[in-house]
Amino acid sequence: MTDDLPPQQPGRVRKAPESFLDRSGIQAVHREARSGRRDFIRSAFAAAAAGGAAVAAPAALAQANPVPADGGDPNILKLPEHSTGLGQPVVTDGYGMPSKYERNVQRRQSPGLTQTNQASVSFAPLQSLFGIVTPSGLHFERHHQGWWDIDPSKHRLMLNGSDDKMLRRPMVFTVDELMRLPSVSRFHFIECGANTGMEWGNVAVPTCQYTHGMISCSEFTGVPLKVLLDMAGADYKRGRFVLAEGADGSSMTRTIPMEQVENGEVFVAYGQNGEMLRPENGYPLRLVVPGVQGVSWVKYLRRIEVGDQPYGAKDEVLHYVDLMPGGLHRQYTSIQEVKSVVTTPSGGQVLLDRGYHQISGLAWSGRGKVRRVDVSVDGGRNWRQARLQGPVMDKCLTRFALDWVWDGKPALVQSRATDDTGHVQPTYRQLRAVRGSRSIYHNNAIQTWLVQENGEVKNVQLS
Amino acid sequence: MSSCREALIALVLAGSTLGAFAQAAKPAAPAEFPGIGRTATPKEVQAWDIDVRPDFKGLPKGAGTVARGQDVWESKCASCHGIFGESNEVFSPIVGGTTAKDIETGRVARLTDESFPGRTTLMKLSSLSTLWDYINRAMPWTNPKTLTPDEVYAVTAFILNLGGIVPDDFTLSDANIAQVQQRLPNRNGKTTDHGLWPGRTLGNGGKPDVLAAACMSNCATEAKVASLLPDHARNAHGNLAEQQRLVGAQLGADTTRPSGATRRMSTLAAVTAPGAGPAAAAAKAVALARQHNCLACHGLDNKVVGPGMSEIARRYAGRDDAVDYLAKKIVAGGSGVWGPIPMPEQSLPAADVNALAAWLAGGAKRP
Repeated sequence: MTDDLPPQQPGRVRKAPESFLDRSGIQAVHREARSGRRDFIRSAFAAAAAGGAAVAAPAALAQANPVPADGGDPNILKLPEHSTGLGQPVVTDGYGMPSKYERNVQRRQSPGLTQTNQASVSFAPLQSLFGIVTPSGLHFERHHQGWWDIDPSKHRLMLNGSDDKMLRRPMVFTVDELMRLPSVSRFHFIECGANTGMEWGNVAVPTCQYTHGMISCSEFTGVPLKVLLDMAGADYKRGRFVLAEGADGSSMTRTIPMEQVENGEVFVAYGQNGEMLRPENGYPLRLVVPGVQGVSWVKYLRRIEVGDQPYGAKDEVLHYVDLMPGGLHRQYTSIQEVKSVVTTPSGGQVLLDRGYHQISGLAWSGRGKVRRVDVSVDGGRNWRQARLQGPVMDKCLTRFALDWVWDGKPALVQSRATDDTGHVQPTYRQLRAVRGSRSIYHNNAIQTWLVQENGEVKNVQLS
Repeated sequence: MSSCREALIALVLAGSTLGAFAQAAKPAAPAEFPGIGRTATPKEVQAWDIDVRPDFKGLPKGAGTVARGQDVWESKCASCHGIFGESNEVFSPIVGGTTAKDIETGRVARLTDESFPGRTTLMKLSSLSTLWDYINRAMPWTNPKTLTPDEVYAVTAFILNLGGIVPDDFTLSDANIAQVQQRLPNRNGKTTDHGLWPGRTLGNGGKPDVLAAACMSNCATEAKVASLLPDHARNAHGNLAEQQRLVGAQLGADTTRPSGATRRMSTLAAVTAPGAGPAAAAAKAVALARQHNCLACHGLDNKVVGPGMSEIARRYAGRDDAVDYLAKKIVAGGSGVWGPIPMPEQSLPAADVNALAAWLAGGAKRP
């Protein structure tokens, strides 16, 4: 192993929208790495690794909640106001809000990532979430031309064909009508194709909110698109592609394969986590395309066209294309492949004490169910199989956990998911060997968190 | 209590009736949903079916010259994209990075040049329909779908002319667009040979390209840190302590201080209170700025295309006629005061102009 970094490619990482650090920032990263900070971290880590598997607890661990000198915790001995007074009445809020102590749990923008706020992204705070469902108010946002709160009584869904014979008849539905039809409710993840895109070339952001926060998971409710296309008499033999189009300013379009419609997976959703979709997520209608990147889950869905060719939309030709090392752009890359991330502990957090910690995180695959997740605390040399917390569902987030006793030494924490097609999440080295490092999209590499001796956790990439 | 129980009994009875009904009802066969949905009229389909495919199906008849395109461009596009489509201020550049040789080969050579910064629209564009369709459906940014088909042809022709793909005196039309397609610099720079399409109609049928194995012990490791954020970027995303829950296994790192200084904080003191203390006038002005799309070009504090609102406030602070001056500038637009990118004329109600001008003159305070 040498200290030589990969040859610098000025411009490989652009300020926006392709990455966060500018050229001088990138150079600073590498300059500081060269000047020895990396050596310091590596030597500390090597010492830890030499000590064997990091499970041996030191002789005396600090008690996390020690007994005070006077023999009792004042939080126990002195009854608080809420135990001795009268609480709040019902319906202080017709729509309840989280505790005031939870105000730090917010979706956030990554500074410098985009230059406009209407074509931008906010990231879900994965580091603060439990289980697999994303609270609707914390669902990540990606707007292409600003969001709208559309009057559902005036919204329409149209079905038509690329020619007159593609459907027996073009149709129009009101939202009322769609909500009368037989419905399905299913849990699925939605991940932006550019999630973790800032990290293709190098570390660019500090926390898992920014590295992986363009993913969310909800229970969606709606009508299978197949039901609607059957009503309109679609020609499934000729019509092998479906165009989905939004009603907002950009009238977003994406091509969907008819196979995914025919097998019943794709549905027109109006519900999200028991209530209607949030305006930021497409109220009153959005398409759900399980396993496929979020850009295909067209919001404010107004039109479905059945056709015999793909559509070459802006987000199929100019964006959401993967630049390969030979200079070719891959178009219509849609599936979000097997991926996982440890959310606790994760970048920007501080472990307060040595001793027991539960390592926990999220795994998913756009090809099916998560079969297993392995976790390493030594940078990938040794792995242990994590527990999968049920339910484990198709094209849905899966929560995993592993017991860990932290001995206070540096650790490199990673997770690696395998899906039920047998596809294994790659390391950065494996991913870049095939796809280079200049793509923006579909980065599913293994994430590494460095736990420093002082407990602070940092985002790092290994070579 | 008794009324409660009666209500429960009634519910149970209703439930069993419904259950019996559900069992008796035959599941509706697909396509049998009487009374739901209707046939779309030709007029309705025409109003919404605006997509144009790579084979130009859906393209309306029309034509536009490069010269006309330049007029449209300068009045409706240049404020975001720059006079020559080169601007990186608001969006990624449209023009640049392509050569005459690329027009011959149909492959943009600079896409393999890792030292070339950025990728412009013309470097990536493989189908001309994509450009026409997107301008038609989504531009201009604050007034999408307001261009006529001839204007879309004209703007498309102007962009192609900036890229050296069509000459200055060119007229782009539905009749010749397929020939121009054959001059796109990156028309051959695309592939669908991959396994990321969830169907058999494109790609290789779903075969993954990146393969890994799940080694469990003594694996060949990459355990050498090659990339991490520099110390000077420690607080670049704001104080991470304020972005973490205040209770739990871990706290957020206090990135306003050096690594290792984080301590458990008293809970409420550390809570950031977003949007605390709204001042009614400021809130109204910001709402107006948002409503009239001022914020698309002017950040509250930072320059976007034009100067930030607080920057404007600082420049004109103390000037007696600030309200009048700013009101006139809002309506008339201009260029040269803050930089070369022009601000177009604006049409908004006089009351809103005055409210915005007064807010700016008063310091552009945040709500």
